[in-house]
Amino acid sequence: MNTTSKTHLPKIALAAFAAAVLAGCSSVPLDENKGGAPVESRNTTGSGAGGASSGTAQSKVTPVDLSKTDNGAMGNLPRVVFFDFDSYVVKDEFRSTIEGNAKLLSADRKKKVTIEGHTDERGGREYNLALGQKRAEAVQKALALLGAGNEQMESVSFGKERPAVQGSDEAAWAKNRRAELVYR
Amino acid sequence: MLTRRTLIAAGLAGSSLSAFAQFRVEISGVGATQVPIAIPRFRDEDKAAQQVSAIVRADLERSGFFRPVEVNGTALDETAKPAMGEWRARSVDALAAGSVQRLADGRVDVRFKLWDVVKGSELGGQASAVDPADLRLAAHRIADYIYEKLTGDKGVFSTRIAYVTRGGGRYTLRVADADGEGGQVALNSPEPIISPAWSPDGRELAYVSFESQKAVIYAQDVMSGKRRPIANFRGSNSAPAWSPDGGTIAATLSREGGSQLFLMDRNGGNVRRLTSSSAIDTEPCFSPDGRTIYFVSDRGGGPQVYRVAAGGGGVERVTFAGSYNISPAISADGRTLAYVTRQGNSFKLQTLDLSTPGSQPTSLTDTSDDESPSFAPNGKLIIYATRAGGRDVLMTTTLDGRIKARLVSTTADVREPTWGPYGR
Repeated sequence: MNTTSKTHLPKIALAAFAAAVLAGCSSVPLDENKGGAPVESRNTTGSGAGGASSGTAQSKVTPVDLSKTDNGAMGNLPRVVFFDFDSYVVKDEFRSTIEGNAKLLSADRKKKVTIEGHTDERGGREYNLALGQKRAEAVQKALALLGAGNEQMESVSFGKERPAVQGSDEAAWAKNRRAELVYR
Repeated sequence: MLTRRTLIAAGLAGSSLSAFAQFRVEISGVGATQVPIAIPRFRDEDKAAQQVSAIVRADLERSGFFRPVEVNGTALDETAKPAMGEWRARSVDALAAGSVQRLADGRVDVRFKLWDVVKGSELGGQASAVDPADLRLAAHRIADYIYEKLTGDKGVFSTRIAYVTRGGGRYTLRVADADGEGGQVALNSPEPIISPAWSPDGRELAYVSFESQKAVIYAQDVMSGKRRPIANFRGSNSAPAWSPDGGTIAATLSREGGSQLFLMDRNGGNVRRLTSSSAIDTEPCFSPDGRTIYFVSDRGGGPQVYRVAAGGGGVERVTFAGSYNISPAISADGRTLAYVTRQGNSFKLQTLDLSTPGSQPTSLTDTSDDESPSFAPNGKLIIYATRAGGRDVLMTTTLDGRIKARLVSTTADVREPTWGPYGR
């Protein structure tokens, strides 16, 4: 089965996706291979999650991460806030992120979220654990101001122990200075 | 500076304590005086799982104060009457000889004697029967005995260290001898482990585990593996530190917002707040007399080392040089503070003489990624983690920085070393 429309793949369609890929595999005809040239093309346009383009390697597998449970139900709600170096100030550009999550929480008082603060790799472990805690708490405060209940939220920190991105340059560091909202 | 490399014998392979990470010891620097000492193979040590004399020689050499003299082919034990003239002719100042014997009940009898060759007299000796699993420990105790007899200082060769490794997506908390050998896994986890701290009696390790997706403090009995949560309050619980009498634990808790210092009983009860600032207060460290707690606070802008009476009260700043000072450790005599300072992009181990007000810090290393200093219980060595040759490694240094030993892991990254107490 070859789909030609680029659709955003909901998590729940994992089984269907797998079936589609397998069905796709079995239906692609192999070229006559006299010269030993490798078979190259398949009709895979738009059948990958998030719109993989044609020319993608045949071995590509797009992972679906189930480890942060229940986030699929959040749809497209952004759940990360990034910070400047040595700072725990929630910048204006994340106002809509805060608003969206505060709305979700205040609409359903039974919903619970853990706010995980992180730092980049520079500096001491314990001091960075405390910095990450400050980031998480800053996000919690911002959410509370917009109507989320403190009993719905717990702020924790991973300090520098759980980077999102490996690397020792500012590009990586910027992606690691963050607070993540993890709905339980 | 002289550089020597000592390869620990592969005889470890036969031991039930064989290490997952093998350490090589590299030594740089020499002491002001080095005692030339001869320690021939102990009689029948080849039949045992550990080459006792090799461990003793390596311990003494690593201190920088001894120079083992080659004595191939010499057959001596503790019952010998060595010809002092012969040994003096070989430029040997001290001689130790011994034997290893398996007893009928399975234990191993280790005996040795120590001679002052210059004076031509016996300095003493010992005999002890140990469980075969404690043969390394018996060798380290011999090295301690020799070290103390000949330098006057208490040796730390029979103490232990704990440290964290990370590799292959897993973290382990390990316990090893002070020479880095005989490492055993105390905790194996898919999530980070940080801030291990020995209890003063050496029986437990407190540490922070992220196994439940947040920082929680545990205490674990090393011998039995039994562990108990000490602090699992709302938010993050970290930086455990034991009081010298083992009855109190100081820690950083965010249960009241921010990161503040709290005290609690060793079972985690009777929690009371120690610092009240709107800043970050963390990394508590008791003074040896238990009356003062050193800690890190950024109440002045950047992180600096402060101290406060253990019973609470006024907070006094301790570090003034530099804009970022963390990870305090105090020597056993309370006179020296070791910590890490940030200079530009470098993190460097420094010491500060606390007994001389206004003294300037001393840098101890040439490396630029130092972390987690911890004093040996005799106050004469500091163990720390650093980065060298692309790996995270453990190093020891004398307080003047002149003699360094590198414990090089051949496998995963090693970090967060903490030196255990006397009296295993």
